[in-house]
Amino acid sequence: MASGVKPRVKVPKTAAAGETITIKTLISHAMESGQRKDKEGNVIPRSIINRFVVDFNGQNVMDVEMAPAISTNPYFAFDAVVPEAGEFKFTWYDDDGSVYEETKAVAIG
Amino acid sequence: MQMGKRPIAIVLALGLSTAFSTTAFAQDSDQLSIDGDTLVTETAAPDHLENLDTIYSGWRFRTDETQALQIDDFDNPAFVFIDKAMDSFNAAGPNGASCASCHEGGPEEFAGFTASMPKVMDGKLTTTEDFLNAHRADTQEAEPWKWSGGDMQGMVALLGLQSRGMPVNVAIDGDAAPYWEQGKEIYYTRYGQLELSCANCHEDNYGMMIRADHLSQGQINGFPTYRLKQAKLISRHNRFRGCIRDTRAHTFAEGSDEFRALELYVMSRSNGLSVETPAVRQ
Amino acid sequence: MQLTRRNMLALSGGAAAATALGLPAYASAAQDAIAAFTGGADLAEGAVTLTAPEIAENGNTVPIEVSAPGAASIMLLADGNPTPAVATFNFGPLSPSRGAATRVRLAGTQNVIAIAKMEDGTFQRASAEVKVTIGGCGG
Repeated sequence: MASGVKPRVKVPKTAAAGETITIKTLISHAMESGQRKDKEGNVIPRSIINRFVVDFNGQNVMDVEMAPAISTNPYFAFDAVVPEAGEFKFTWYDDDGSVYEETKAVAIG
Repeated sequence: MQMGKRPIAIVLALGLSTAFSTTAFAQDSDQLSIDGDTLVTETAAPDHLENLDTIYSGWRFRTDETQALQIDDFDNPAFVFIDKAMDSFNAAGPNGASCASCHEGGPEEFAGFTASMPKVMDGKLTTTEDFLNAHRADTQEAEPWKWSGGDMQGMVALLGLQSRGMPVNVAIDGDAAPYWEQGKEIYYTRYGQLELSCANCHEDNYGMMIRADHLSQGQINGFPTYRLKQAKLISRHNRFRGCIRDTRAHTFAEGSDEFRALELYVMSRSNGLSVETPAVRQ
Repeated sequence: MQLTRRNMLALSGGAAAATALGLPAYASAAQDAIAAFTGGADLAEGAVTLTAPEIAENGNTVPIEVSAPGAASIMLLADGNPTPAVATFNFGPLSPSRGAATRVRLAGTQNVIAIAKMEDGTFQRASAEVKVTIGGCGG
């Protein structure tokens, strides 16, 4: 696992059934592009989060393929429909094989 | 092509008169509100400032897109590092003690702390970084953190956040006076091959363009600040170093007595502005 | 690279060639990526909303927002980056607006291009030029 990777997710705790809510996510990650060189002139190997998936109760909201042009500490904001009470699951996939997960429950009310 | 590694040099070589654009884009009139709290980004300059009538936060000199990153604590990427610092606040050091072992009220105990830093403690001018490393050594028996390291600046930001919205109010008299005089001397000294002082850009020409950069007053009330260029929290001393290096000078070191004194002086120029930590800048 | 007279001439020559073709240096890579995504299908305009700043103070973190109601996926490209790919959003049934906001790296002034694959199999495009400030006070 890349060291010190920490996700942050903002999801409303409650929603009306069928309501559209806004979700924001950010994860601390260097997103090393593979384009930079170190002081000795050697290319620093690419090491990024290459995929981000958001599901709710097993149904997909979005599945993003990410390239090195995504900024350090990747951020996404997007809308999602909440059809019923349940749980959002956020999954980030790292080039090094690490998988970072976060879940947020939403109640209907 | 290596574009503009030292762009400032090329322009300044043509002479200062042409370096600063004649078209001034002064600070804008936007108001900074975060979660319903309005911060002071413009106020009368403190009495000790001889050459400015009004002081402005650096936020007022940024584009709308950069400004937007600071008005919402989720959109502000600094907060993921503040979350990490919160973990660190509760984590045990080598002898089992954490910050939270003594500070049971959490970081909130430090409300107001940053607004008066740096200050003289036990006869020495002390920054928040000094304070943290002293406590790490004394109560946790831990190794000191690097001045501009992620652990250190995250914790400096976590403490600073507890004073967000409070007016900067550092003491410049009494024990602090000799340090303040030293800092002022540095502020007005021209450094480097380009012979530029802090004042040349940030007092004489704020609001102007220096090549592609829109010059602010160089206020440090928002540090540590998330800088888009480095995509991490940047310390006050790191920014001082960058500025002096751009004058093509050998700079003072981060954590040097010179930069401690300069930090006190520059922070005193922010007296009256709100603490903005953690700010977002370009 | 050092800006000597010789490679200045070489650069000018390259720039002239690119101008003659009406394309920036990396544009062909972007065209290739679009062709691979669309299979060469026609691109209509109007369904994709792309929001990007006119001027970015720093190219390392440029806020971009894209949406296309009715899209199955949206590919985002930056035609002046060493590799044009930025991200491809594949939307599921719980995405109402078929859009997202993110922050991207732009190596210089260039076009950000969004290509949407609509659920009916047609393609839509939008693009926006972002001027990237270079030559400020480096950190």
